[in-house]
Amino acid sequence: MIEIRFHGRGGQGAVVASELLARAAVMNRLHAAAFPFFGVERRGAPVTAFCRIDLKPIRTHSEIYFPDYVVVLDPDLVSMTNVLQGLKPDGALLINSAKESCDLQHVKWGKVATVDATSIALKYGLGSENAPIVNTAIIGAFSKICPQVPLESVIESIMKASPGDKRANAEAAKEAFETVKGVW
Amino acid sequence: MLDLMTGNAAAAKAAMLARVEVIAAYPITPQTSISEKLAEMVANGEMNAKYIKVESEHSAMAALIGASYIGARTFTATSSQGLALMHEMLFWAAGARRPVVMPVVSRALGPPWNIWTDHMDVMGERDTGWMQLFCENNQETLDLILIAYRVAEDKEIMLPAMIIEDGFILSHTFEKVDVPAIEEIDFYLHPFNPDVKVNFRKPRRYGSLVMPDWAMEFRYNNALAMEKAKKKWVEAGIAFKKAFGRDYSSLVELYRCEDADVALIISGSAAGTAKVAADRMRERGRKVGVAKLRTFRPFPTEELLRLGESVRTIGVFDRSYTFAQGGAIYGEVRNALYPLASDVKVKGYIGGLGGRDITEAEFEKMFEDLLAIARSGSMTKDVEWVALKDGSWRWF
Amino acid sequence: METYRDLPQSTYSLQTTESVRTGTWRTFRPIIDTKKCTRCYTCWKFCPDVSIELREEGDYPKVDYDHCKGCGICANECPTVAITMVREDSIC
Repeated sequence: MIEIRFHGRGGQGAVVASELLARAAVMNRLHAAAFPFFGVERRGAPVTAFCRIDLKPIRTHSEIYFPDYVVVLDPDLVSMTNVLQGLKPDGALLINSAKESCDLQHVKWGKVATVDATSIALKYGLGSENAPIVNTAIIGAFSKICPQVPLESVIESIMKASPGDKRANAEAAKEAFETVKGVW
Repeated sequence: MLDLMTGNAAAAKAAMLARVEVIAAYPITPQTSISEKLAEMVANGEMNAKYIKVESEHSAMAALIGASYIGARTFTATSSQGLALMHEMLFWAAGARRPVVMPVVSRALGPPWNIWTDHMDVMGERDTGWMQLFCENNQETLDLILIAYRVAEDKEIMLPAMIIEDGFILSHTFEKVDVPAIEEIDFYLHPFNPDVKVNFRKPRRYGSLVMPDWAMEFRYNNALAMEKAKKKWVEAGIAFKKAFGRDYSSLVELYRCEDADVALIISGSAAGTAKVAADRMRERGRKVGVAKLRTFRPFPTEELLRLGESVRTIGVFDRSYTFAQGGAIYGEVRNALYPLASDVKVKGYIGGLGGRDITEAEFEKMFEDLLAIARSGSMTKDVEWVALKDGSWRWF
Repeated sequence: METYRDLPQSTYSLQTTESVRTGTWRTFRPIIDTKKCTRCYTCWKFCPDVSIELREEGDYPKVDYDHCKGCGICANECPTVAITMVREDSIC
């Protein structure tokens, strides 16, 4: 079983990202569950969401303490929250950032992948200048670093369940898949 | 058809599949998305039901009692403070023998203010005469609502039922759910056709006064109905398995209990976590099992006595507290197992109150504790609060 | 706080709800045009959140943007249509 934690801000689509990823895993004939950190949410406030993927049905309902992957939708969060909390020693971090991984000041970790999901989202008209919706791009990038969720499944999931312009979201995921850099 | 959905979406879907006719609901976290989804389905024609916007949960249940008297299949949903506000009307629905089916998204009652899950809200309603079932996952949320209509509307039963899904943990978590087709459900659920129905040509008063010399006999009939419901749940579960493949043919689901030295009785979403912990214990050669209580009302006394014949050390995990002997399920299990009192040891564990997480590691510790009791034959404490911050670090 | 022994009997907060800046929840904000406003104080009466301020009789009503949630009831009720709801320009 693999466990993933997403960090985002209210309104960026972190919760939808976890849901679309779970759907993608199910479309790849795996079992999956997705849930947000259960609390009161507000626009702009930090949001955490989670996803579990497994070959067998998922029965556990406890929280996720030691994720295998951490996905960060907003690079500012890296200085605000300890995004590395609980990440397994050989786990990987994926950050939405225009910088190469070695330039990220606050992150000292072996496996760090980066993708400029913000630019990709804006290129495909997802969200607005002030509030780009980066979630579909980020899960496109995620499918490159995680074998359990191949790109075809992510695209299928987006075409089925993504809010907004499904085609544009799918294109964003594809481009993110092709441009993700780093170590994983 | 396989889909990924939240517990609340599953509950709303079940209402649609059951062809519910009258809905009266008031929003409350974490139930609100059930009411919203139903309103959406009624507005866009997906559901052919009347949606009454009411000013409180008390009014919601009152409206549905009225609608049920007309012969309509009724549905609502609530949690904690809302359920408590409905309390008076819960007695009414059960006493009037109106088979309302209501998912309750379990949530702690304040103060201190709390929006997360525990079972104290539904345990507070266990003496109302309502049937009470606990769901382990979103599939069960969907399936048990459907089975509930079949049992509740049975002419020999005619008791309302609450289907309990843990707040946030199930209500807001996306899980894989196999959704049956409405055409298949039409074979499983027949239209609601009660014997007692308001007839405007022959107006009557319903729920009217009884003198003390016949009051007990009315209550006794309700008690008999609750007893009969045990058999009806099993039968309805067997029929469901035949039609849809999923097995609900027992009131208690036994997981790896056949050769177990100890078993943990538990209800709700944490049962899944307990099963994972049981598997881990089994990998280490420890013979443990999980007995998941599906129906709390009717209480499965006979099935638990059968369990006690083979498993002599039993733990009971409660997500509630009674301010008497431990949690609600613990007290009732000890009561039911009294005939085996000299042979079976029962210990209560209280945890997960107010949404506190219960981990696989904590369940493993509970199993270790029970195994130690089985080995030594003695218990130092009858009831323990799991992972309580008491400075002892016993559970960490 | 280390154990249950360190807690008070029940919870209480040290400040009132005034310290919670619910204004950050807004998507739209009401703007009062004082040229159209007749100081009938209908908006102040209807505000469900006590978020329109009136210091003295004769003042123009003022929106308390720290607390106004942007429900739009004031704009809806204003008899001279002196209040417009304008989109907030940032989400953070």
